[in-house]
Amino acid sequence: MKPGRLHPLALFLRSTELDTRTLGLIAALLLIWIAFHLLSGGLFLTPRNLWNLSVQSSSVAVMATGMVLVIVTRNIDLSIGSMLGFIGMIMGVVQADWLPKLFGFEYPATWALTLAAGLAIGVVLGALQGFIIAYLGIPSFIVTLGGLLVWRGAAWWVTSGQTVAPLDDTFRLMGGGPEGSIGATWSWLVGIAACVAVVLSLANGRARRKKFQFPLRPIAAEIFLAGIACAAILGAIAVVNAYPWPIGSVRRYAQANHIVVPEGGLFIAHGIAIPVLVAIGVGVVMTFLAKRTRFGRYVYAIGGNPEAAELAGVNTRWVVMKVFMLMGLLAALSGAISIARLNAATNSEGTLAELLVIAASVIGGTSLAGGVGTVAGAMLGAVLMQSLQSGMVLLGVDTPLQNIVVGAVLVIAAWLDAVYRRRAGAAGS
Amino acid sequence: MDATDATRTPLVVLRDISVSFGGVRAVDQVSAELYEGEVLGIVGHNGAGKSTLVKVLSGACKRDGGTIAIRGEDANIDNPRDARRYGIETIYQTLALADNVDAAANIFLGRELKTRWGTLDDLAMEAQARSVMGRLNPHFARFKDPVKSLSGGQRQSVAIARAILFNARILIMDEPTAALGPQETAQVGELVRKLKAERIGIILISHDIHDLFDLADRICAMKNGRVVGTARVSDVSKDEVLGMIILGKCPPGATPGPGAMVLETR
Repeated sequence: MKPGRLHPLALFLRSTELDTRTLGLIAALLLIWIAFHLLSGGLFLTPRNLWNLSVQSSSVAVMATGMVLVIVTRNIDLSIGSMLGFIGMIMGVVQADWLPKLFGFEYPATWALTLAAGLAIGVVLGALQGFIIAYLGIPSFIVTLGGLLVWRGAAWWVTSGQTVAPLDDTFRLMGGGPEGSIGATWSWLVGIAACVAVVLSLANGRARRKKFQFPLRPIAAEIFLAGIACAAILGAIAVVNAYPWPIGSVRRYAQANHIVVPEGGLFIAHGIAIPVLVAIGVGVVMTFLAKRTRFGRYVYAIGGNPEAAELAGVNTRWVVMKVFMLMGLLAALSGAISIARLNAATNSEGTLAELLVIAASVIGGTSLAGGVGTVAGAMLGAVLMQSLQSGMVLLGVDTPLQNIVVGAVLVIAAWLDAVYRRRAGAAGS
Repeated sequence: MDATDATRTPLVVLRDISVSFGGVRAVDQVSAELYEGEVLGIVGHNGAGKSTLVKVLSGACKRDGGTIAIRGEDANIDNPRDARRYGIETIYQTLALADNVDAAANIFLGRELKTRWGTLDDLAMEAQARSVMGRLNPHFARFKDPVKSLSGGQRQSVAIARAILFNARILIMDEPTAALGPQETAQVGELVRKLKAERIGIILISHDIHDLFDLADRICAMKNGRVVGTARVSDVSKDEVLGMIILGKCPPGATPGPGAMVLETR
């Protein structure tokens, strides 16, 4: 650590106190995007592809935020794919069979009741697994491997394997699509609100540091951070607002609202897809939980040294059980997004999702040794994996080769992370 | 301390404490007392049961038998949270730090400060951590780094800071100077004297008999899980203490315990 030898730009970046690993991840993501864009002859960095990418990433991203905490506590959850399938089937039956029998079809609260039931079941299943892991001391690998088989079997059992379709119209909005997006105006409002929140939180942090007379970031660094964050947010909004509804949807919409479609078509922007909004909301809440609450602090302390956490008076078993309950809740939410997107609940929904989620967490810098990992990193990891997959689809790469590439990237990411950690450890920072 | 010991209620009374691991009696019918403003040194070989004994008091280890009384009243200590409620703080031999979080997070682990919205008040915690670390280790500046990257001495200061920040009445120090250089060891000695002056009862486990003779008022020697003898440091010599540790031989200046070698029966 000799600041005198550093390049001014490096010094400036350091003064922003940004996490270098997250920066590396963002850089890798941008490189992959640019590479696919060039290789596909300009197909990748288009509003349409990026919008689809955001929707496709959301289900895995939602679960990855929980998987980070599971892995940080030195556990693993292999059951979430099956749990997603099982809860998805139940939510399918609840909204397509049970609730219509009680209230008739297209009852306005069907979606909410269905979602609430699904989330509650997710918490209960997570609590059951968490209890066995934390209080009975069975390794999470075994318990959730059992869960993988049990919940997948249970998913079949719900309807003896029959697919449930179609789903409630309101519920389906959670899956995205033209109607399942919030449109241009609301997207801009969300974007502006996000920018205001970023600026306020930076200002608040600065004011509090001043109050305690701690060293402050240079004001230029603060402005730089705020500027970059707002530019990224508004840029993303501009992209999703540049993606128009397909002609068919526009025609249906025009007919329903008695609008005459002008010549050259009517431009209706998608805006942010609802599943993406859900995923971002989950990311914000989970980051808050991880960084700003006692629960989050204990999760990391347990990961760093379970014995020390116990000796410091932390009820480590209850914390671990809560982590698995949270994971169950997120698997249920992911299940809702998945079946809504498919407009059908099938008993194979979510097969292998647990592996994608674990891979996303690891690519995002979560260490399987425990104690290290961030929610934002895992979400970026989910986007990176999805980018690889959809980029290769655009290039016409065969599915087997796609799997080979994704697998190789996972291992390389884990290796790079190990190298980074060793060097950071040796440098003592 | 002097003559008042007999008349005052002890701060801590451990009576007939036993702990078994499998078939091994790690601690066997140990009784000991600690008074306010006193330093009780516990000595013995590795495996003599010192650490296990103090872990019973700090709630980290379940006892199979015996009672604990704090200020004359029976105390229920079944876990570390209970012990903290009785004002018992412990500096463990392993330091018991969560390596992946920073100094302030470790110091406040289990009793974090919160803002009025119920969120973690990291800045307030860092401010207090800075002030307590400033007293212990004025050169310490790495408040943002995970404690894994700190030196042995710095880590030890973090563990000590955690124990003294919360108005401990009873402080257990298990080999507190094991990772320290001579200068830092002297600082810990100074700290012990200062805390003693604040009427805190201190149990000090150490391998270093010279240190113990400097700091402790009484010494309790253990062998094979039993107390060989307890003595004021003024009543015994260093060689006699070594005799207790190695041979289990209780000198005339000490009160013999159940672990003292009894010549008649051999």
